[in-house]
Amino acid sequence: MVQYTNARLDASFAALADVTRRGVLEQLGRAEASITDLAEKFNMTLTGMKKHVGVLEKAGLVITEKVGRVRTCKVGPDRLEEATAWLEKYRQLWAERFDELDRVIEDLKQSEKSAGRKQRE
Amino acid sequence: MKNRTTVERKSERELVVTRTFDAPARIVFEAWTKPDLFKRWWGSKSMGMSLQSCEMDVRTGGGYRLVFNNGMAFFGKYIEVTPPSRLVWTNDEGGDGGPVTTVTFEEKGGKTLLTMHELYPSKEALDAAGTGAADGMGELFGELDEFLVTLGASGGRA
Repeated sequence: MVQYTNARLDASFAALADVTRRGVLEQLGRAEASITDLAEKFNMTLTGMKKHVGVLEKAGLVITEKVGRVRTCKVGPDRLEEATAWLEKYRQLWAERFDELDRVIEDLKQSEKSAGRKQRE
Repeated sequence: MKNRTTVERKSERELVVTRTFDAPARIVFEAWTKPDLFKRWWGSKSMGMSLQSCEMDVRTGGGYRLVFNNGMAFFGKYIEVTPPSRLVWTNDEGGDGGPVTTVTFEEKGGKTLLTMHELYPSKEALDAAGTGAADGMGELFGELDEFLVTLGASGGRA
């Protein structure tokens, strides 16, 4: 888990350490585009753009899909969403534990009550 | 009805979990500090996890060791024990990257607000714990910018 996260962060940083790739990511944040579109927009050769998209794709920042002869690129799974999902999972674990803890507490309250009754009797 | 559990990433290094229990603090505290009681709730049915063993020497400087049915072990030391309001322990199974956990029990009108606060030694340690993506792209870009500025500055000097 730790290594996976770190490797991904490393890949992300490497991918983002380039002004063109940051531009491509911003562009794809607005709308999907083909590699040809991107190459034109950034005034690059197709081969050059393919390389950049490849780096972004490896880092999980961009996903591509080939439909017919056109490869369409879009931003990868939203990391914010991924993070929120993790936090929600963490919350669920604690909610589950605390619901169980409620039962333990209920038992403790009950035994305290009956102990109190016995003392009064 | 069950009370709501909330989780918040309070800062780069902190996670905070809160929950109210319908019982006085001394009872809630008891359930956190007696191994036979603790064992009953610290598992996770949905994850199929239960505590196989639970050793707790609940006093300042005392140690604990929890082993789950899948063999995973968690251990550390109590660094503060103040019944029935405060418990602080270390999480040492992960080496230096482990957080310090502080649990406070605040009683009000017969109910107890429980706050569990986890402070990690660094942002990286908390990220590594699973929230690596917590800050989204914005922060990633922000950090990258800082990183690049640093690189640029040292390059300029050289």
